[in-house]
Amino acid sequence: MGDIISIIAKRLGLGLITLLVISIIIFFAVELLPGDIAQAVLGQGATEDNLAALRAELGLDRAAPLRYLDWLGSALTGDFGNSLVSKTPVAEAIGTRFGNTLFLATYAAVIAVPAAIFLGVLVALFRNSVFDRVANVVTLTSISSPEFFLGYVLILFLAVKTGLFPAIAKIDDDMTLFDKLNRTFLPALTMVLVVVAHMMRMTRASIINLLASPYVEMARLKGVPAWKVIVKHTLPNAWAPVINVVALNLAYLITGVVLVEVVFVYPGIGQLLVDAVTKRDFPVVQACCLIFAATFILLNLAADVGSILTNPRLRHPK
Amino acid sequence: MNYFIIGFYALVIGASSLAAFYQKRTAFILLFSLTLVSFVMGIVGGEAMLWSVTILAGLIAFSAGVSYSFREFLVIILPNDMAKEMRTAPLTAGFGLFVIFTYAISGIFAPIIAPYGEAEVITSAFAPADENMLLGADQLGRDMFSRIIYGARNTVGLALLATILAFLMGATAGLYAASKGGKLDQLLGRIVDVIMSIPSLIFSLLLLSIFGTNTTTLIIVIAIIYAPRVYRLARSVGGNVVVMDYIEAAKLRGEGTWYLIRKEILPNSTAPLIAEFGLEFCFVFLLVAGLSFLGLGIQPPTADWGSMVRENATLISFGEITPLIPAGAIALLTVAVNFVVDWMLDRTSGLKE
Repeated sequence: MGDIISIIAKRLGLGLITLLVISIIIFFAVELLPGDIAQAVLGQGATEDNLAALRAELGLDRAAPLRYLDWLGSALTGDFGNSLVSKTPVAEAIGTRFGNTLFLATYAAVIAVPAAIFLGVLVALFRNSVFDRVANVVTLTSISSPEFFLGYVLILFLAVKTGLFPAIAKIDDDMTLFDKLNRTFLPALTMVLVVVAHMMRMTRASIINLLASPYVEMARLKGVPAWKVIVKHTLPNAWAPVINVVALNLAYLITGVVLVEVVFVYPGIGQLLVDAVTKRDFPVVQACCLIFAATFILLNLAADVGSILTNPRLRHPK
Repeated sequence: MNYFIIGFYALVIGASSLAAFYQKRTAFILLFSLTLVSFVMGIVGGEAMLWSVTILAGLIAFSAGVSYSFREFLVIILPNDMAKEMRTAPLTAGFGLFVIFTYAISGIFAPIIAPYGEAEVITSAFAPADENMLLGADQLGRDMFSRIIYGARNTVGLALLATILAFLMGATAGLYAASKGGKLDQLLGRIVDVIMSIPSLIFSLLLLSIFGTNTTTLIIVIAIIYAPRVYRLARSVGGNVVVMDYIEAAKLRGEGTWYLIRKEILPNSTAPLIAEFGLEFCFVFLLVAGLSFLGLGIQPPTADWGSMVRENATLISFGEITPLIPAGAIALLTVAVNFVVDWMLDRTSGLKE
C-alpha cells in the first residue's frame, strides 16, 4: 500500500504545482493589458483623478508580485475580491452558480457514464456489423456537432413542437428536486449526447485493442462465449483507459457547460464567465478561470490515480 | 388508413423480404430495423411521424447516392495510385469529400453565388422566404442565404488560417525538439503541459477578455492554444523517426538540423500529421463557432455562422428552423472532415483486431 500512497502524493504535488503556474498565468495575463486595469475599465476619457482613485481602490500602486501573493492568499480562503461592475464580492456571485453548474454536470454524468460503458461494450461485441457501422456514424455526428446545434435541435423538437420539456432551464433553490430535474433535462441531455458518443468510441477502441492479446485467444479456444470474453476477460484490463476517458469527459462536462448554459439560459458559472468577459470584469474572469482550471486539473488527477489503482503494472515503473 | 400508410408499409416489408430472399444480410438488417422503427413510430406519432421517417430515409438514401457518385467521379479523374485508394474508401469518406468540396466552392466563389451582399439590408426583419430569398431574412432584414454563403468564406477561412498557424508553430517546434532533444525539449514539454492543462474555451475567453476581439487577435490566440496539441504529436512522431539509421547516416554526412527536419523527418511523418491537421481543424472550427456564438468571435456585420445562430435564436421558440441552418452548416462541415479523417486514420494505422 505504501508505494501507492507515495505515487498518489507525487501526482497530487505535480497537480498543485501546475495549478500554481496556472494561477500565475491567470493573474499576470491581466497585467499584459495595455495601460493597466484602471485604464481599461474607465476608458480613454478618464481623468487623472479618477484613475488615481480607482488605482488606490484596487491597490494597483503596489508591485505586481506582492499583489499576486495577496490575491492568491485570499483566493485560497474563498475571497476573490469585488466585482468591478457590481462592486459586490465575487465569491457571493460564484457560490450558488457553481453549485448549479455542478448539479447540471452531475445530472449529465449520472446518465452518461453507465450508458456509454454499456453501449461501448455492446458495439465492441458486435464490431464490424451493421449496428457497429451505424453507431460509428451516429457517434461521429454527435461529437462533431457544436453544443448549441444539438441544444437548439432538442429545444425545437422536445420543447417547442411537442412541449414535453421546458426550453428554458431557470432554477432556484425553492424548487423540489423533481422540478429541478425536469427543468434541466434538456441541457443535461445535450451534454449527455456529446459525452456519451466520445466515451463510447473510446471504450470500444480500448476493448478492441485488447482482443488481439493471446489470453483472449486462449479464452476463445476454450469455448467461452463472445460476450463473456469481453465482460470477464477484456473489460478488467480495459478499465485503465476507460477510467481515463470518463474523467476527461467529466472535465469536459465542467467546461463545455459554458455554451450549453448560454443556450438554455441556465444560471451557472459558465454564463457568469461569459458575461464577465463581455463586460471586462477582470476579478470575476480570473476567479472563474481559476475555478475551471482547478476542476479540470483535479479530474485529470483523478484519472491518473484511477488508472494506477486499476493497473498494477503502472505502480512499478521500470 | 389511407394509401400513403398502406403503400409505406407495403414498401418497407416488401423490400426487407426481397433482401432476405436474395441473402443480402446487411441490407436486410437495415430495412427490417426501419420496418420495426416505423411500426413503433406509426403507432406513437401517426401519419405525420411516418412522413418524417420517409423524409429522413429519403435524405439518407440521397446522400448515400451523392457520395457514391462523387466517389466514382473522383476515381475517374484522379491519377492511378490515388484512384486505387479512392475505390476502397467507405461511402462516409466520399460524403465527407463531397461536402468539403461544396464548402470550398461556395467559400471561394461567395460573391458570385450569393445574390446579395453580406451586410446588405434588403427587406424587413425576419421576413419569410419568398422567390427572392431562399431562406428568408435575418433579424435586420438581410438575406439569410447570402449570409450563409459568405459565412463559408469568413468562418471557415478564419478557422483554416488559425489551424495553419497553430500547425506551423506546433509542428516546427515539435520536430525541432525531437531532433535536438536536451534542455530545450524539456522546457518546451513543460510549457506545453501547462497550456494543455487549462481548458481551451476557458483559456481563450481569458485571453480575449484581455486583448479584445478582432480577427487578428482571434487567430493568434486560437493558434497559441492549439499549437501544444500539434507539438505533442509532432514530438512523439518525430521522436520515433529520429532514432532511425538513416537519420544517423545523414548526421554523419554533416547535414544540419534544418535539413534533417525538412528532408528526413518530415517526409516520414506526414501521414499522422495530415490526419492530425483534420482533427485540429475540427477543434478550432468548433471553438471559433462557439466563441462567435457567445458574441466574442468574428464581429458584425461580417457574416459568420456562430453569431448568426445567436442573432436568430429567438425564432426557435416560434418553431422556425432558421437558426438551425447556420448551426447545421457548422455541424455538417465538422462531420464531413471527421469522416475523412476517420477513413485516413483507419487506412494508415487502424484499430485492427
